[in-house]
Amino acid sequence: MIATTQRVLRQLKHDKRTLALIFVVPCVLLSLLWWIYDGGPFFATIAPSLLVLFPVIIMFLITSITTLRERSSGTLERLLTMPLSKLSFIGGYALAFGILATVQAVLASLLLVGPLGVDTAGPVWMLTGVAILDALVGVALGLFVSAFARTEFQAVQFFPALILPQFLLCGLLVPRDEMPRALELFSNVLPLSHAIDAIEEVATNTSPALWPQVAALIGFITLFLILGAATLRRKTP
Amino acid sequence: MTEESAATSAVTITGLRVVRGIRTVLSDFNASFPRGRITGLLGPSGSGKTTLLRCVLGVQIVADGKITVLGQAAGSPRLRDRVGYVSQTPSVYSDLTVIENLAYFARVLGIRDRHEAVAQVVEQVDLTDHANHLVANLSGGQRARVSLAAALLGEPELLVLDEPTVGLDPVLRESLWTLFADLARAGRTLIVSSHVMDEAIRCDELVLLRDGELVFSDTPTALLAQTGTTNADEAFLALLQPRAQGEQ
Repeated sequence: MIATTQRVLRQLKHDKRTLALIFVVPCVLLSLLWWIYDGGPFFATIAPSLLVLFPVIIMFLITSITTLRERSSGTLERLLTMPLSKLSFIGGYALAFGILATVQAVLASLLLVGPLGVDTAGPVWMLTGVAILDALVGVALGLFVSAFARTEFQAVQFFPALILPQFLLCGLLVPRDEMPRALELFSNVLPLSHAIDAIEEVATNTSPALWPQVAALIGFITLFLILGAATLRRKTP
Repeated sequence: MTEESAATSAVTITGLRVVRGIRTVLSDFNASFPRGRITGLLGPSGSGKTTLLRCVLGVQIVADGKITVLGQAAGSPRLRDRVGYVSQTPSVYSDLTVIENLAYFARVLGIRDRHEAVAQVVEQVDLTDHANHLVANLSGGQRARVSLAAALLGEPELLVLDEPTVGLDPVLRESLWTLFADLARAGRTLIVSSHVMDEAIRCDELVLLRDGELVFSDTPTALLAQTGTTNADEAFLALLQPRAQGEQ
């Protein structure tokens, strides 16, 4: 598993532009938003939620396209003829992108509580932790959907299909308990809802109780990773 | 299968049938590939060569039939470090260097002395000068050789090579065929597909496919004798023609 993680990171090391985009873009967007609201109080209330929105989007896109490339270039087929277990392949990817997501989340949350002056009631490390878990949801979902895309174009289309509805229903636009009952129930089974719940808990409570949300997120990550591994087939038609 | 054939053939295929979509690619196909030899798998494009090779590797879903590879069912987990595979398009990471690619595959194969193993295969495919170049910056022929080098890692007993010499210049082709001959002499089994008929002469044994059917299986000398021709191109035309006329 570590072999695959190191290989994926080495590939990214040769692709400095992608690395820069992963780390810089969320920070730039947060700063832009701060500017839009002129650093006002409304920024402080939505900024923590945005902290979990960026990683899921960016990681989902990167992971689905990278894994798709692995499938279409034939390297996946080669690996599956070798003594490599499917879970260690998937796990290797999840770990590599998880490391990237950690760096990204640390940078963005430092920016938020530092220069942008956002005060959260709970500890900052919890904010970062939720952002990392959320990035892993993006990674796991990306690994899973790459199995259902034949081309990069299709993979990108899964973004509006799978991530945007989660954004609409996660409680950022309308609090989830004020939505029509059916939508509220549906939003309960979407990972992003739990991520937003967790981040709001950290933002508003001095001693946040995060276990239900964290457990839900870890559950989603595990589920999508196992589903992703199940889509890797050693035999194909 | 008799004791004798198990000892002398690396791959035995009996009653193989493969259906892809609505097309039956191979039906009731039987063949065997002897150990320690280079067997050329030849035929026009679309004749089922790649499908057959994928069956030997155990990555092709088959409708029926039995494939035994080195005494095991094709695709068995115990074969995963005993069979090397080169697919038609180079399957290596273009955003890694030659060395980084090979080091990763060596690690997946669980090779102990990785540095040594990688250096050896890089030299075998004559890429020492490009060892630290990104694969993306290599020429098509060089990329194909990186893919071949990856298959050579860990000295697999069986090498399944799908058109390994396509797009290579005559000098490189010559050196690769010399390498294949050396490997066979060292007791390794090679199955090499090609649609370049003049490569047939380089093989110890030939299997000729047409529309998923076995047209011929014997030595190159026997091929020339049977068809009464003097070179491979003519021999193949002689074998392929009767059927083509029969269809009209």
